[in-house]
Parts: sequence; structure tokens; C-alpha cells
Amino acid sequence: MIDATFVELSRWQFAAVAMYHFIFVPLTLGLIWILVIMESVYVMTGKQIYKDMTKFWGKLFAINFALGVTTGLTMEFQFGTNWSYYSHYVGDVFGAPLAIEGLMAFFLESTFIGLMILGWDKLTKVQHLAVTFLTALGSNLSALWILVANGWMQNPVGSEFSAETMRMEMTDFWAVVFNPVAQVKFIHTVAAGYTCASVFVIGISSWYLLKGRDVAFAKRSFAVAAGFGLAASLSVIVLGDESGYELGDVQKVKLAAIEAEWETQPAPAGFTLFGIPDDAEMKTHMDIKIPWVMGLIATRSLDTPVIGLKDLIAHNETRVRSGMIAYENLSKLRNNERTDEIVAAFEVHKADLGYGLLLKRYVENPADATEAQIAQAARDSIPYVPYLFWSFRIMVVIGFFFLALFGAAFWVLARGRLEQNRWLLRVLFYSIPLPWIAMELGWIVAEYGRQPWAIGEVLPTFLATSALTTADLIFSISGYLIFYSILLAIEMFLMVKFARLGPSALHTGRYHHERNGNGRSGSAPAAQPAE
Amino acid sequence: MLLDYEVLKFLWWGLVGTLLIGFAITDGMDMGVGTLLPFLGKSDGERRVIINSVAPHWDGNQVWLITAGGAIFAAWPAVYAAAFSGFYLAMLLVLIGLFFRPVGFDYRSKLTDSTWRTAWDWGLFAGGFIPALVFGVAFGNLLQGVPFYLDPFLKPHYEATFIWALLGLLNPFALLAGLISVAMLAMHGGVWLQLRTENVIAVRARRVTGMLAVFVTAAFALAGVWLYFGIDGYRILSQPPFDAVANPLAKEAVRAPLAWFDNYATYPVALIAPAAGLLGPLVTWMLCAARRPGFAFVTSALSMTGIIATAGISMFPFIMPSSTQPSSSLTVWDAPSSHLTLTVMFWSVVIFLPIVLLYTVWAYTRMWGKLTVEDIEARTHEAY
Repeated sequence: MIDATFVELSRWQFAAVAMYHFIFVPLTLGLIWILVIMESVYVMTGKQIYKDMTKFWGKLFAINFALGVTTGLTMEFQFGTNWSYYSHYVGDVFGAPLAIEGLMAFFLESTFIGLMILGWDKLTKVQHLAVTFLTALGSNLSALWILVANGWMQNPVGSEFSAETMRMEMTDFWAVVFNPVAQVKFIHTVAAGYTCASVFVIGISSWYLLKGRDVAFAKRSFAVAAGFGLAASLSVIVLGDESGYELGDVQKVKLAAIEAEWETQPAPAGFTLFGIPDDAEMKTHMDIKIPWVMGLIATRSLDTPVIGLKDLIAHNETRVRSGMIAYENLSKLRNNERTDEIVAAFEVHKADLGYGLLLKRYVENPADATEAQIAQAARDSIPYVPYLFWSFRIMVVIGFFFLALFGAAFWVLARGRLEQNRWLLRVLFYSIPLPWIAMELGWIVAEYGRQPWAIGEVLPTFLATSALTTADLIFSISGYLIFYSILLAIEMFLMVKFARLGPSALHTGRYHHERNGNGRSGSAPAAQPAE
Repeated sequence: MLLDYEVLKFLWWGLVGTLLIGFAITDGMDMGVGTLLPFLGKSDGERRVIINSVAPHWDGNQVWLITAGGAIFAAWPAVYAAAFSGFYLAMLLVLIGLFFRPVGFDYRSKLTDSTWRTAWDWGLFAGGFIPALVFGVAFGNLLQGVPFYLDPFLKPHYEATFIWALLGLLNPFALLAGLISVAMLAMHGGVWLQLRTENVIAVRARRVTGMLAVFVTAAFALAGVWLYFGIDGYRILSQPPFDAVANPLAKEAVRAPLAWFDNYATYPVALIAPAAGLLGPLVTWMLCAARRPGFAFVTSALSMTGIIATAGISMFPFIMPSSTQPSSSLTVWDAPSSHLTLTVMFWSVVIFLPIVLLYTVWAYTRMWGKLTVEDIEARTHEAY
């Protein structure tokens, strides 16, 4: 039978190491393009200050990148170590984008990052810019391939279950690559990364401006981040994840859960602006709705209804029943009872096999399930609503806040009134943690919203684990916790140290801490670096 | 599809082998350098020279490991599933070792405090030594068979779990294989240091490379004798056609004495692999003594190729034999992905690997040159 504690621990470990990895990845994805912009300006104009900007923000980039690589290693092997049945069951499809990510993206990014950091004296200006650009291309391509893999978990297209090999097998590689869910996710995720990096650069630059330090350096960095951030935050919202929600039943469940949409509303559905979803009662208290908005967002039409959770559960119950038949016939096939009738019966119900497997939480052989167990399995087919409802709303609020913030920053910058708007600089500085909150919540919406599935409608999460023990998991979780905490503390220490040091960290002799009269406490007027 | 399923199955055995050998030659080199770091660098300046000899490249090199992992996932999902969960705590050790490298390289020289720097030096040592040891131990266990079996729904299960599984891996033969792995990577790293450094570091590297090379030959020979007299191999009695769908439970296999020597009897030309593993290190030693580190790098790469290929060829077509239930073993014929996935992945490798090699060579040539302590001190805020 399924050991619930062991499954919970496996899930907690995966969530923890993935979310931890995702602290570093988005900053990498965006900051590298900011470096490309800065260095391009340097190569075109020859102005030293842009080279210093590239090098300084590059130093912070490298501190962050190191932990991205460290935690990425865990991810590459985590499926095999902790989700061995998953690996067997879907490796035929899921493994391919992961391997291509290595060949096409990681090699590119990782070969050139070393030259980018250490090759300033060994490369010509144009060569170095090319190296920075290729690092950017590599890191962003890796996001593409990992999201192709992840998109397939959400919406498993281009593949089919084989009873003979007892696994999902690829039938159409290009369908997997051009999975609409994956493509939308890619754009949304990288744009979020670009926003994150822009907030990082603009926040730290604002801090220098507040301190009146290295003003020319800070203003130029501010300008690059403001422009890039405005475009990125707009993209995150406009090209948001939304359009993916009409695809596949899992995405429909996710959409209804995000909206705490218990009943199917007549089209076009209203959007629940606020409310307190009650998962046990299956209703939302104190809800405030905006008419029409939800139907428009989700279906891009006025007459398509958005299916509510209760109807989805009822629909899924029929699929559980069909899945039981699929399982029964699969068991016969695995026992080498192979008649045309069994094969035909299996083929008819095969698409619902995953729903049949949901019963394995309660009964060894799903074909023997009771009515109560069937109802419970159908109820399990939707995730716990309040988590999604709140995660999504906080994420969206932060997203709109950034759009407003970058709009304001850009406006004030264009009017040349940065120093006069100290309140804005302060808000920008204190906003630095927000993108991480929004992105981790976005991760929860995407991955928790996929539950109970590891692979949407195909493989339940609780069946996907390895044959390990609770002791194994307690040991490894402790190991990750200890090492990751120490590494994070060290990373934050260095990041804060170098961010406070500012461009003086380059030891060029041109910046704040190195100029006459500026001690570490630095109360002297703004220093103008040479250009 | 252009290539038949059985041809692709066979080619993928070669491609995974190529990725593992590529990993040993590139990332093995910087892991070897990391293993030697605390011993060959006596001062901070010397250690920085050693670190900077691999600093621009270690990250790209490590992708050989990551890609090998991804390729095993895509091409042999059953192996990826069974091996990494079966070697659970060992893999955790590898990962923890590897954690020290990205941060060790980038953070070490960011502060001047000597305790900080020494701690990271040992971190880089651990990041080279531990994975090298565990990978060798893993190969040592594959050769003896791994205590796992597949249930009718093809989920891998293990006889032992938690710490008992780890202790089972650490048997004498596997530890010998682990030492061979550590020594060969360190030998390779030692040759690299002769290429990229001068004077005292190069002299120390030459001395230690010679000792390691002799050890590799002796230990590899010992492992061969041990395998011949003390360890049973596995043999397939019957199996579906080579181009059948991948079903690891459809064959019949047994444990049998001397089975790991079958392939050499059938194809004597395969003896070239163990020969390279035995003689390569000795030639490397002589070339180092003759002050020809460039050629020595080639021969040490060939030695490692020979040693890894010996393990692969001896077991062929087995990839992961099962000591619990030999018929659950995973082989080249019954562990792979579907025909389509193998095809897609084959062309991905054929297209991208040559491109990777091209820009890797470009990266190495741009950063080429002997490193000295004076040089590092002149660029103290730029170098690692």
C-alpha cells in the first residue's frame, strides 16, 4: 500500500529543492540580458562606465549563478533518485527535452560563462560581447527546454501509453516541443525572470542614488533596468499564463481552483476579486465578483462557460470508473492474457487509466474499489483550492504593482527628476524581495495546481516515487536543508557585501570608496566617475 | 525511420559511453586538479594558480556529467530509474561533493581571509575526490550485480534500503574500483597542471602524476585478476529479438563464472580496451618524465577511455545486472526508450555534440597560456 508519510516527504523534498533552485534561476535569466545591453552600449560607444557597469553587475551575476549551478545539479538527478517510477513511466518523453537542454543550452551557457567572467583580458571587445550574448542565449534556451518538459507534465501531448513496455512513449516529438502550454509558460517565466532582474538592478541603483554614491553609474544602471523592466513587466501580464488554461482537463481544473469556481456559471463568468474559499464546504464566503471578466480571460469568448469544480469532479468520477476497466484489462495484459477482446477493451478505456490509478491510494487493485473509494478518488482529482486561490491573487497583485512601479520609474527618469523623488527610490529599494515572492507563488500555482497528478491525467504523484524508505528521505532532506542553508547564508553575505561596496568592488580607483575623502561610511557628495 | 531499432539500441550504448568518457576527459581533469589542489599548492598564490588553470572551463566540463545524466534518462529511462534510486545515499554524497565546486571556484578568492580560503580549498578537494570515488564504486558494483528487482509493473525495488544499501555498496572490490577512478582522474589533472603551470607546481605535479600512473596500472591489473578469479559475471540465456519493444522482464539471464570475459573470447580485438588501460598510464608516466605533457595528456585520456570501455565491454550487453533476480537485469536491448525517442536523441547528439566540441576548443585556445603566481597577483581582483 501507499505510505502516505513517505509520499509527503518525497513531495516536500522535491518542492523544497525545486523552489530553492528557482531562487537563483530567474535572476540569471534576466540579469544576463541586462549585461548584454550594458556591454553592447560599451562596445558601440567605447564609454568606460558601461564596461564598469557590465563588470560590476557581472560580479553579482556570478555570485548568484554559482548557486544556480549548485542547485541545478540536484534537479538533474532528482527524478531518478526520488521519483524512479516517474522516471521509468515517462522517461521516454520527459527525458528527451532534459537531455537536449544539456546538449543545446547548458553546454553553451556553461562554456561561455567562464570566459565571460575571466576572459576580459584574453578576448577582444566584440569577442567578449559575443561570449556574453551566447551565455544569455544558453541560459534562456535552457529555460525553454525545461519548460517544454514541464509543459508536458501539465498537458501530456504527443505521446501514448504502451501496455507492453508499461510506460508512456513519444509519438510526436514536435507536438511535445510545440505544446502550447509549454510555449506560453516559457514566455511567462522568462519575462518574470527579466522583471526580477530589473527590480534587482533598479533597487540597488536606487540605494546608491539615495546615498548619493556613484551617481552617474547608478543612474545609467537605473535607466537600463527601468526600460527593460517596463517591457518585461508588461509582457508578464499580457502574455501571462492565462491563455494556457483552456487546454486539457488538468488546466481546466487548475483554472477553476484558482478562481474557487465551485459551480459552473452561465457564460460569461464573473471574476472573483476577493473571497474566502472553503474547501470542505465547497463554496466561497464573502466573495466579490466582477461580471464577465473571468469568462473573457479564460475562454476569450462571451458564450463558452467556465466549468466549475463540482461539475469537474462529477465528470472525473465517470473517468475513474472507466479507468477501473482500463486497469483491469491492463492487469490481464501484464499477465500475458492476450485476447483481442482484452486489447480492444483496454484501448477504449486507456485514456482514463490515470484516473483508475488514483484509486491505488485506497485499494491495491483499483478494479475492486468501493463506491465510497470511487467518490473519494474523484474528489482527489482537484487540488486544495485555498492555496491556489491565494497564491494566484498575491502573484497577480505583485505583477500589476511592478507595472505601475516601472511606469513611474520610467516617467520620473525621463523627466530627469530621480533625485527629487526619494520616496520612489525608497519604494524601489524595498521592492527587491517582491519578485521572488511572486515567482515562488507562481511556481506553486503551476505545480501545486497540477495535483494530484505528477503527469496530468496520466500518473498520480503518489505512485511516482522511488522504492525508498522514510529514513532515506529524512536523511536526505536534512542533508539538503543543512547544506542549502549554509550556502544560502554565504551567498547572501557575499551578495550584500558586494552590492554595498558597489562599483568600488572593481578596484578601478574611480568609484566612491576609493576616492579621496570617502571612507567606508561615505558621507561625501556624489562622486562622478570618469567616462 | 532512417536507422533500425536494434542499430539505435547499439549506437546508444556507444553514445552513453562516449558521454561518460567525455566527462572523464574534461570534467575528470578539473576534478583531478581539485583533488590535488591542497597537496600541490603550498601557498595561497600557488593554489590560485592551480584553481585558475581550470577556472574558466570547469563549468562547461561539468555539463558532460549533466548531459550524461540527461541522456541516460532519455535513452535508458529504466537505468536512470533503477540506478539513481538504488544508489540513493551514494548519489546524495556525490551531489553534496559537487555542491562545493560552483561556490568554491567563484567565492573562494572574493575574500582575503585565510581560513575562508583554506576551507574552500578543501571544499574543492571534496568536490573532486568524493564524486570520483563514488562513480568508481558504482562501476565496481555494476560489475558485481546490484541487489534490485523489477515488479510486474516495472518499478525497481531493492533488497536493502537506507544506510544498509550504502554499506552494501562499499565492498572491497568496489572500493578498489573507486580508488582506480580517483587515481586516474588525479593523474589526468596532474598532467593538465604540467601543461598550464611552471616551476615548482609543475615539478610537484610531474612527481605525483608518475606515482598515480603506476598505481592506476597496478590497481587496474589487480581488479582484472580479481574479476577473473573472484567475481561472477552474468549471461543471457534467451531473449526476444534485438528489435523487440523494450521489456526487461522478457529475457532469461543467469549469474555465471567468467561470463564477463565472454566478449573478449568472441571479439579478441576488444582486448585493446584493457590494454590501453594497462599500458596507457605507464606511457603517460614516461612522457611526463620526458617533459612532454601535451602527449601525456593524450595518453592519459586514452588510458581513461580504455578503463571505462573495459567496464562497458566486459558487461555488454548488460548495463545494470541484477544480483537478486538476474532476469530483472537491464541490458542494451531491453532498457532503452522507444524507437522514436532513440532516433530523436540520436540526431540531437549528432548535430549538437560537434558544435559543442568546436566552441569548447575555441574557449580553451582563447584562455591558453602558462599561469604564474606573479600573473595571478597582478590580476588579483579579476582572477579566481
